[in-house]
Amino acid sequence: MSAELDLAGRVVDLVRRLAGSAAQAEVLVDHTALALTRFANSGIHQNVADATTGVRLRVHVDGRTAGGSTTVVDEAGLTALVERTIAAAALTPADPGWPGLAPPAALSGDDAWDEATAQAGPDERALRVRAFVDAAAGLETAGYCRTVHWSGAFANSAGQAVAGRAAEAAMDGIARVPGADGVARLGSRRLADIDGAVLGGRAALKARAGADAVELPPGRYEVVLEPTAVADLLANFAFYGFNGKLHNERQSFAEIGAAQFDPAVTIVDDVTATAGFGVPFDGEGTPKRAVTFVGDGITTAVAHDRRSAAEAGAASTGHAWPGGSSFGPLAANLRLLPDESAPSAAVAGPVADGHTAALVSTMERGLLVSDFWYTRVLDPKTLVVTGLTRNGVWLVEDGEITRPVRNFRFTQSYPLALGPGAVLGIGGNAITPADSWDIFGFTGPSLRLASWNFTGGASG
Amino acid sequence: MTSGDRAVKVIRVTHFDAAAAAVQAALDAGARYADARVMHRRTESMSARNGEIEELNQDEDAGVGVRALVGSGWGFYAVPDISDAAARAAGTRAAKIAAASATVPGPATGLIPLPPASGSWSSPCEVDPLGVPLSEKAALLVGLTTTMREHGADVAESHYRVWDTAKWFVSSEGHRVDQRFRECGGGITATSIGEGESQRRSYGNQYGTRGWELVTGLDLPGNAARVATESRELLTAPPCPAGETTLILGSEQMALQIHESVGHAIELDRILGWEAAYAGTSWLDVRKLGNMRYGSPLMNITIDPTIPGALGSFGFDDEGTPAAMRYAVREGVWVGVLAGRDSASVAGLDYAGSVRSDGWARLPMVRMTNVGLTPGPHTLDEIIAATDDGILMETNRSWSIDDRRLNFQFGCEIGWEVKNGKRGRMLRNPTYTGIGPTFWQSMDMLSSEVTDWGIPNCGKGQPGQTGHTGHPAAAARFTGVRVGVTG
Repeated sequence: MSAELDLAGRVVDLVRRLAGSAAQAEVLVDHTALALTRFANSGIHQNVADATTGVRLRVHVDGRTAGGSTTVVDEAGLTALVERTIAAAALTPADPGWPGLAPPAALSGDDAWDEATAQAGPDERALRVRAFVDAAAGLETAGYCRTVHWSGAFANSAGQAVAGRAAEAAMDGIARVPGADGVARLGSRRLADIDGAVLGGRAALKARAGADAVELPPGRYEVVLEPTAVADLLANFAFYGFNGKLHNERQSFAEIGAAQFDPAVTIVDDVTATAGFGVPFDGEGTPKRAVTFVGDGITTAVAHDRRSAAEAGAASTGHAWPGGSSFGPLAANLRLLPDESAPSAAVAGPVADGHTAALVSTMERGLLVSDFWYTRVLDPKTLVVTGLTRNGVWLVEDGEITRPVRNFRFTQSYPLALGPGAVLGIGGNAITPADSWDIFGFTGPSLRLASWNFTGGASG
Repeated sequence: MTSGDRAVKVIRVTHFDAAAAAVQAALDAGARYADARVMHRRTESMSARNGEIEELNQDEDAGVGVRALVGSGWGFYAVPDISDAAARAAGTRAAKIAAASATVPGPATGLIPLPPASGSWSSPCEVDPLGVPLSEKAALLVGLTTTMREHGADVAESHYRVWDTAKWFVSSEGHRVDQRFRECGGGITATSIGEGESQRRSYGNQYGTRGWELVTGLDLPGNAARVATESRELLTAPPCPAGETTLILGSEQMALQIHESVGHAIELDRILGWEAAYAGTSWLDVRKLGNMRYGSPLMNITIDPTIPGALGSFGFDDEGTPAAMRYAVREGVWVGVLAGRDSASVAGLDYAGSVRSDGWARLPMVRMTNVGLTPGPHTLDEIIAATDDGILMETNRSWSIDDRRLNFQFGCEIGWEVKNGKRGRMLRNPTYTGIGPTFWQSMDMLSSEVTDWGIPNCGKGQPGQTGHTGHPAAAARFTGVRVGVTG
């Protein structure tokens, strides 16, 4: 038994002792060790690490529900957590929508664990930074190298008791020339997959190819989006489109059974497969499993936790976000499947890889987009998003990259961009770009899309 | 245990000894400078939806974060254990991490001089928010959502959040500071769902370093019916027209405008490129500090962490620098930045005071404190009366700005036509876009009716940190603004 599972079990027992055997309790224990080496102006300027164990408790007593958490995990801290959570439940109104506890169920899949990543120290991260900086060959660079590992456990008073562990490594950096940045980013379950020299070289190549960019008029352009940009589409689908709570409230575009996407589009969520990050159970102890949200262009499911599932008359899909009932369930490892038969071409210029190069070669006139920035939803129901391009845009004419283009602002419905007939090509290689804000596993290939609505140049 | 008991426990003990042990261990391991923050924080949040409590969480965390400078490299390590032994181990670890930074050294890092400070500070608090009975707070939230449902909202939501934080700070230069922050706030949101889109109106969403009197003073019950009715009316309101017009922004939207297009732009770490890969840089060049026009002569922006009750207030920042007011923009000219001791040293400046972390587990970095406008000469009514043809927009719905803090596009919840000096019909989906300095130079009227808005969710840094910032803001008028951008 892991230390975390033992701790979770002790808290469940404590709830029973203090609130009686009829009390329902669920306990999530998470030990996270995160280390991040950050560089700017081609030198390491911030170098941080922390290791924290947190306990999250939710109780349902006499028809009332309350939650709480603590990082104070000695006997006194745990007792205080249990006492105040039980006391809080007694003072809240009845919770008629309580969905009950997750029943006992076994986990599927293996741990996403890599011992070398978990044990990596600051020197190993610094060496990758050194390689990135050196590969940029004199260009100014900035970014980070991160390693993180989780060891988690869940137990509830209905008998569910599971534990798991996972690791992630990531590198995200830019190289800069005056007026242009180039980016390379990659997340993986193994630090060994992170090659600072490869990433630094790619970022530098993009930066150099982005110099002396011209401003083009706004309007609708055909585009090839690289995986770094596609990840933003998937993130917004996860937060707003396939969120079962928003779907219940009719605030999502998703219509189960409707052909809302191009037939070439299939989107799944599966942390138990070879990609994706995190432990193999959700915040309510439900085992994670592969869920297809879009199959051959047809919307087939939305993500549910136990509460949104109960409201919808469905079953939890294993996407409860710890302490996130207000926001709703989140599929944090969405994966847009690549076209495994897609061709690859020689990598020339600033394209991310050979599959992207092949998509570019088929485009008569359009834009190659490296990255999106600061995207925000104007209306969750239509998922109209505004944001900017960043880290490299190029004009493509007759299949050739002809010139760098200054950044655009766009205002675009994401589901419509991938709607029936709108997807002109899907790359053959799905990439998981590192996410800077949280450990998400949004994974996708490059996409060639018929239209993207650029509403202004970055200069106004 | 009662809710009131929870509040009292926070201040029973001090943890200077643990912080001092961490600092000494970092020095012993080779650091030439070190500081440590021990923090103990209790938070409470509750939300209601459609007549029921949706979530109640009471959280507690405690730990120590140690920052060590070895050569020119920083190292930081944090643990959720505030025993002296754990603090010492964390100090040693921080110094070792700092030593690894030498693999890819940056320029020599200095710290501007800061006389050792000792002191205590507490935020003002009339009514302890953790002392208000949960049943009373739950009844308030449930009642608000019931009212909004009765007035047409499809989804009615209400919430509050409370933070009660104690900090003990020690540095190797002799600083020894303890502070206690009690912060709270809340708000309501009504959403109406149409066939093709949803419309939202909200009210409150205001936070400060104050007690529960802040929430009481918002009069959420007095506004619940209005926001629900407006969200329903928005579904059938005409869309905001596209074009260039005179734009009037309400004070709440002005707070976000300041936050995004001034506050972040004047962060010295961004100006120096330290955030280039993620949050971005700034269009500002420190060599032009003091002689570059940012906005119209009506534009006076202060950096002022001394404002009683504002969300970005403190007695000392997380480097031990005492709070002090200074101008960032004076009569439209850029004159000041948000700085830390190391970034100020690099830039050749002689002031810091804007370094904060979002908890013991994160490295302190340059952050906004209270960044906002000083009062103008007009009132909102006077601004409307003086406008022949324009649009009034209120309450932010979406925000996006480029990585140099120049090109922005903001959406608001609601707009109104302004014709011949009067507020006219309601407009849905109002948006506006512009370039920061051009926009600010077009400001030709500014209200004297300043509110100290609080934003509790400012993201920055890697690993990500969520900051609490304050923004004194008042309604203002801008000319020649592009509005009505749609997808």
